[in-house]
Amino acid sequence: MSTSMGSPRAPLPERVDIAIIGGGIMGLGLAHNLAALGQRSVAVIERSYLVSGASGRNGGGLRMQWGDAGNVALMMESIEICRGLAQELGINLWFRQGGYLFVARSEASEARLHRNAELHREVGAPTRLLSPTEAQAIVPHLDPGPIRAATYNPEDGVVFPWPFVWGYAARAIDRGVVVRTHTEIVDLLPEARGFTLVCASGERVSAERVVNATGAWSNQINRRLGIDFPNRPHRHEILSSEPLRPFLDPLVVDLDSGLYFSQSTRGELVTGISLPDVDGYDDDSLALHSSLRFLAVLAARLTALMPITRSLKVLRQWTGPYDVSPDGDAIVGPTPGHPDLIQLCGFTGHGFMMAPAATRLVARWLVRGEAHPMLQRWDPARFKGAPTSRREDMIIG
Amino acid sequence: MTRRVFVCRCEDVTLDEIDHAIARELTTIEEIKRYTGLGTGPCQGRECMVPLARLLCERGLAEPATVQPFTARPPTEPVTFAALASAQPPYTGAADDDKDPEAAR
Repeated sequence: MSTSMGSPRAPLPERVDIAIIGGGIMGLGLAHNLAALGQRSVAVIERSYLVSGASGRNGGGLRMQWGDAGNVALMMESIEICRGLAQELGINLWFRQGGYLFVARSEASEARLHRNAELHREVGAPTRLLSPTEAQAIVPHLDPGPIRAATYNPEDGVVFPWPFVWGYAARAIDRGVVVRTHTEIVDLLPEARGFTLVCASGERVSAERVVNATGAWSNQINRRLGIDFPNRPHRHEILSSEPLRPFLDPLVVDLDSGLYFSQSTRGELVTGISLPDVDGYDDDSLALHSSLRFLAVLAARLTALMPITRSLKVLRQWTGPYDVSPDGDAIVGPTPGHPDLIQLCGFTGHGFMMAPAATRLVARWLVRGEAHPMLQRWDPARFKGAPTSRREDMIIG
Repeated sequence: MTRRVFVCRCEDVTLDEIDHAIARELTTIEEIKRYTGLGTGPCQGRECMVPLARLLCERGLAEPATVQPFTARPPTEPVTFAALASAQPPYTGAADDDKDPEAAR
């Protein structure tokens, strides 16, 4: 008998220690890590199917190349976890460490790469500063003409997001976590301790602690309690090409346009780009439609930087929502005024790569009260005071 | 007929793999697509989605009148990056031109 991968028929207990709303990588990764620590009174409740949100829609990149020491160290932890995760979860994650190559075409971007390389050296990440010729040695089809400098970290990599999330779900369910799909939470009723969750089906679940792991949809849950965090959804488009034999090792990012592209282990080129907001067009919605504008702008930048892609064909394009927090840092921890509601959102388009480390450290904090430096930075209470001046500038896309 | 039947020839998804997904209680087309990769290859599900829908209906897991296909993804057929790069306004706007990185400094 195969293990269920979550079902609308999975019986919901009347009470659990921890109820997790959202069956994406955050919710399921947390469930897996909680169960591994022995906390098995856990239910994950997903409105649609597993991986239906941003976890099933992202490019699958994982990189240490961030702009500050906390994020670099966190991602070193995440990538270290990924090395052993396929074995731990018993599933092929298609994890491939082909590196990340950042290229700079402007003096300002070049200065950022210099600053990053220095920072990464201090933290212990193996990032190297490269000349345009050295960058071309790693990606022979790049047009080195406009490139001023590059950085390369050989340990950065890519995964195939779908099996990653299924792997977390299966292992959590094996250990007794309940995963209920196609079930919307329509109300959260505060109790003396914790909450009663009311499902659209009429079922109720009492939980001592509730985790909001609904990413770009997290405002909808929070607003039911009159809570308004400043994270907002933002549409991000992406596409994949027809599959090719392996020809591209690293994921390449052009810092000046926000273009990124990598070759997945399945052979497709997976690529996206930052699109400037257009006046009069609301990009702050959760509408997940695709645009011709995205294809046109991306194709122009990609074929300029990598002319060999001119004859390559686009197979499919889709959209996923970033869950953007104003300072670029996630919103993780107890909610001011509702300490039993734990936020696990606001990852600003980079939750997938941070999830292996983030869900492990949050599980350790929930079960053992263990501190982690990122929990201070991610504290949901930080928005009450004066705005912080720090903003992570290595947010791509 | 042997069990080794390819339902999705682009991504080599066999009937056995679909049975495995169903045994894991994944019974909608969107879920089976994401669990097996069915329908994500060059034909984009044109060949495999209907057989999958029929199979779900035959097993009582979906109703013919309400079974939902997965979301169709543009473009309708594969298009080269060169053709797409030639798109002109109104499909792109002034804000979309590549800024001269030096002028933007």
